[in-house]
Amino acid sequence: MWSALKRLYHQLGSPKWFYELTSRWSPWFLWIGSALMLVGIVWGLAFAPADYLQGNSFRIIYIHVPAALLSQSAYVMMAVAGLVGLVWKMKISFVVGKTIAPIGAGLAVMALLTGAIWGKPTWGTWWVWDARLTSMLILLFLYMGVIAIYNAIENEEMANKAAAVLALVGSINIPIIKYSVEWWNTLHQPATITLTKKPTMAPEMFIPLVLTIIGFYCWFAVWVFARTRNEILWRERRTKWVQRILSTGANH
Amino acid sequence: MHPQRKQKLFIILFMLGGIALAVTLMLVALKENINLFYTPQQIAAGEAPVNRTIRAGGMVVEGSVSRAEDGLTVRFEVTDGKDIVAIEYEGILPDLFREGQGIVALGQLNEKRVFIASEVLAKHDENYMPPEVADALEKAHSKGTEDVKSARY
Repeated sequence: MWSALKRLYHQLGSPKWFYELTSRWSPWFLWIGSALMLVGIVWGLAFAPADYLQGNSFRIIYIHVPAALLSQSAYVMMAVAGLVGLVWKMKISFVVGKTIAPIGAGLAVMALLTGAIWGKPTWGTWWVWDARLTSMLILLFLYMGVIAIYNAIENEEMANKAAAVLALVGSINIPIIKYSVEWWNTLHQPATITLTKKPTMAPEMFIPLVLTIIGFYCWFAVWVFARTRNEILWRERRTKWVQRILSTGANH
Repeated sequence: MHPQRKQKLFIILFMLGGIALAVTLMLVALKENINLFYTPQQIAAGEAPVNRTIRAGGMVVEGSVSRAEDGLTVRFEVTDGKDIVAIEYEGILPDLFREGQGIVALGQLNEKRVFIASEVLAKHDENYMPPEVADALEKAHSKGTEDVKSARY
């Protein structure tokens, strides 16, 4: 048992193994994710009933909630990758963290923008400095900080370490985002979906939301795998196995 | 685990714990500033400053909305189920504004304890449902469970 785990751990750290495994996984994630997104979006936008108060403007939830949820999950993944990289010196881990940062930042922007677009007709304002909106903006700045570190520090090892430390320290913001709507008075409403309670949403609105959330996670996986594989190819470009892939022109 | 790595892991976790503690203390100290609005209970208790721009929030009391002769000035009351604050506002209310709806108003509390608002925002709750469900709930509600709404806020 122990030796099997140990082998898996060493395999995980091997760029070649990571490259081959994610190449096999990616099409699955891509197709399942695309199918879920297609069904979820069409269902949510065209067939789900309008909300009794907000009317059709609630439908932005099918982009807003997955983007907001995933941008926080992505940050946790980035922080865990940083921790593994710092403690166990696993190079791949740093690569994964580096590739997540711009995607997570994009998702945070998406969540903030869709929230503002929804807030104008619903609340009557694009933006308000309440705890949820502000902590989400801080999340975006943390992502931008990680990206900036990678761009500013030329020494790869130094950049990896500095970015990992920032990712870890910033992870304290994640529970603050999550509980901001409970700890403080905010304009933003409390969570509709919780793990412990029944969703406070009609099922015919809720199911397409779940589909788009899972779809977002699948697409995210595909994207992170692809970016990581690119980075691996570049870093390992002088090794035999990469040379072989490049010369045969195989795409995995 | 290699003792050196174990040590490193502990150092990182210890550091994170320290920062988390510092942030927690900071947020607790700043609690009143982070809150977006004062609740009617806080205003009634005199916690809200008078003649300073603040936000007040609560549920619009059923039957309290009245419009002045000129048609633009609106008076209504908000409650958090414990106390009530009177709000006066001149301007266009958001679409979601209605009796029973949560709102957040920006403005000043005058000496007569009336909140003169310059902006009213509608606060949406976490419930999403189709109109038919809302109607059905409304009917059940009017049949006798009078205090459901006020208890929820």
